[in-house]
Amino acid sequence: MIPVTVVGGYLGAGKTTLVNHLLRNANGLRLAVLVNEFGELAIDEDLIEAQDEDVISIAGGCVCCSFGSDLTAALGDMAAMDPPLDHVLIESSGVAIPSSIVNSLVFMPAFRSDGIVILADAETVQKSARDKYMGDTVTRQITDADIILLNKVDLVSKVTLDATRAWLQVQNRAVRIVECTQSTVPPETVLDSFIGRVRTGGAHLEAAHLDMLTLMPTGAVDADDLAAALADEGAGLVRAKGFVTRGDGRKALIQVVGRRFEVTDASDDKADGVVCLGFRDVMSKAALEVLV
Amino acid sequence: MTKTTVFSAKKIVTMNPNRPEASHVAVREGRILGVGDLSELEVWGEYTLDERFAGKVLMPGFVEGHAHTMEGTLWRYVYCGFFDRMDPNGKSWDGLKSIEAVLERLSEAESKMDDPDAPLSGWSLDPIYLDNKRVTRQDLDKVSSTRPIGVLHASGHILNVNTKALELAGLMKTGINHPGMPLGADGIPTGELYGPDTMTPVGVHVGFNRSLTDSDEQGLRDFGKLCVRTGVTTITDLAARLEDDGVEAMLRVTGEPLYPARVVPLKFFMGATAQETVDRVLELKEKATDMCRLGRIKAVADGSIQGFSARMRWPGYHNGAPNGLWYTAPEQLAELYRAALKADIQVHTHTNGDEATEMVLDTLGPALKDVPHPDHRFTLQHCQLADGAQFRRMKALDMCVNLFANHHFYWGDEHYRLTVGPERALRMNACRTALDTGVPMAIHSDAPVTPLGPLFTAWAAVNRITASGRTQGEGEKIAVSEALRAITLGAAYTLHMDDEVGSIEVGKKADFAVLEDDPREMSGDALKDAVVWGTVQGGRVFAAADL
Ligand SMILES: [Zn+2]
Repeated sequence: MIPVTVVGGYLGAGKTTLVNHLLRNANGLRLAVLVNEFGELAIDEDLIEAQDEDVISIAGGCVCCSFGSDLTAALGDMAAMDPPLDHVLIESSGVAIPSSIVNSLVFMPAFRSDGIVILADAETVQKSARDKYMGDTVTRQITDADIILLNKVDLVSKVTLDATRAWLQVQNRAVRIVECTQSTVPPETVLDSFIGRVRTGGAHLEAAHLDMLTLMPTGAVDADDLAAALADEGAGLVRAKGFVTRGDGRKALIQVVGRRFEVTDASDDKADGVVCLGFRDVMSKAALEVLV
Repeated sequence: MTKTTVFSAKKIVTMNPNRPEASHVAVREGRILGVGDLSELEVWGEYTLDERFAGKVLMPGFVEGHAHTMEGTLWRYVYCGFFDRMDPNGKSWDGLKSIEAVLERLSEAESKMDDPDAPLSGWSLDPIYLDNKRVTRQDLDKVSSTRPIGVLHASGHILNVNTKALELAGLMKTGINHPGMPLGADGIPTGELYGPDTMTPVGVHVGFNRSLTDSDEQGLRDFGKLCVRTGVTTITDLAARLEDDGVEAMLRVTGEPLYPARVVPLKFFMGATAQETVDRVLELKEKATDMCRLGRIKAVADGSIQGFSARMRWPGYHNGAPNGLWYTAPEQLAELYRAALKADIQVHTHTNGDEATEMVLDTLGPALKDVPHPDHRFTLQHCQLADGAQFRRMKALDMCVNLFANHHFYWGDEHYRLTVGPERALRMNACRTALDTGVPMAIHSDAPVTPLGPLFTAWAAVNRITASGRTQGEGEKIAVSEALRAITLGAAYTLHMDDEVGSIEVGKKADFAVLEDDPREMSGDALKDAVVWGTVQGGRVFAAADL
């Protein structure tokens, strides 16, 4: 199944910048970006190899497609791409409710959800959430989020930043908030397909106050219990992904995005090890190792 | 020398106050050369006297300001509605009063199909009138378990399918968790699908594919027939994708020598930026012909009231449902309005809930300050819940409104009971307030959502009777003369076409609705029963009986 990340957020939050940042650092990953429409500056010009009405081809095998009013049809086209895609990113419109996009993936057996990542403008998100017309839509986007990229943090004071973080956490208790400027985040924060891949470039984990470590189980584990523990806020993780061996000897794939987790069967040839992406100040190697 | 035809009629109702009635109208080159009695018209020289309308009443051809050509296409599917409805060939289909009757009609259609794998599609189902009984896949399996079946609801927001259709879509399984797909006791979908998320993936297997909103050629011709039967000579297609193929087809069909209606297609603002949309429409405008008036934009602000997706102001939905959905952000509309005003392109905006109407007023106001544009005639479509203050703002901004008068009849009881409650139900589609405030007004059917028929729409605005027979909103009733103006000059005005159509006077198109009765002499409650003989469009005569 092809993982699908929904990236949302209100107009001006930095979605286009994020998409370009990810494409620029795709590093061999075949990524398809689905956008509602091609705006004037949808994709940085130097990344574009060719463009027709609905598809922009991007260096390195990535594509960007506009789906207009029919996302289902566009996803159908993506599933049929040859060579197959590694990951699909749906950039949802400023008025879209991201969870309803994720819900509709149920009907597309070729895809699985890789979570909802919402960009929030540190300067304006609280104001947008009070907007007479768009307030409830903006709030809904925040409560739908698994991960919030709190963008443009360089434009606000420490006091405002702390207050905004606290406010976001009230709206969505379990959400993982990653701070950034100009939408520059380590790509694995947004797409789990980057986890465990060697990559060059992109933003540094340190700058985002993030860290990455690999848990190596010493024996069989209860995959569901482990996944649940990794998804708990206390663990300080943003994402996790990897393989473990269950008590009965079967292999399992664990995928965690924020508070949500999924455990699926995996083939026997997979080597054990779970890569965890978490907050530098919270994630503790010692505490996590107790779990395996 | 060009030929002149003089039509005599029992009466010609001109809608021109300087000559409200006449006995003869002279037509040359598809236009009205003069209106009066025969002696007054003889100054124009040689003519042929055509007396076929001697026993008929001529009115200006009706203008339907909000419809969708898709109505023509839908008639190739099985009609499953509760109310009697006439198809393009003039056959009146009885309304179906029970689910059993619906299944029976579907079975009858099924038995006539040759290809055993072809989908069977129905439309206009409305369980609200069938004791709110839900239709299940098992019900439709009784019609056929081997061919996929889908029946679209009247609202267009719900689709019922059978087991075979679910199978084809890979959904005959447990474990589906989606708010738009209810599950039966067995954990498998019931076959009732709510909203585009669930309708689209299954719809393709039952004949409802994504291009349904684009009229095909046959659909467009059938749509033309419906126009003749209802006295319509100018009609909108209010939200088409208008891609190259569709435009070519539309230009070709409307250009056929016997195509009976002038079509005004509006480009849907969706999936392209504001500037791209305006540029595209400027390009389309160059291709416009007399019979196909390309060059306008339709935007959609919110959803529908009965689907609980309209945006409501406080106190929200009567039954406590959460507020609806925005389809376009204020910033995007602001950009569209500015770009369109600059380019001299008209925008019609769909609003149903009063919060959506408020948002449009708040957005257009500043745009007009930046880009002043006298006589822009930007129009609010549906605008069902606007209150007095909002109509006063429309007036201040020089906006027009096209109210959904038919809705009151078809869903008025639901609005009273469920969606907006008694008080706001009374003010829905406030025609009286619009006219008293001086907002230029039209009224519409939104066919295929409700049947095309301007005289019915006029009746609905005059009487405000709901399906159960209650009068809802005594204070918003309008007079017959006002309603007749709304379906002629009123609608023409919202399209910037009142200089060409909407009244019978010299220089205008020779577009007439040919009626057996004078609607002004009928009592208001009989208005919907006025018999339409056919039309004259651009001087060409179309008898409904000969279609
Ligand atoms: Zn409509």
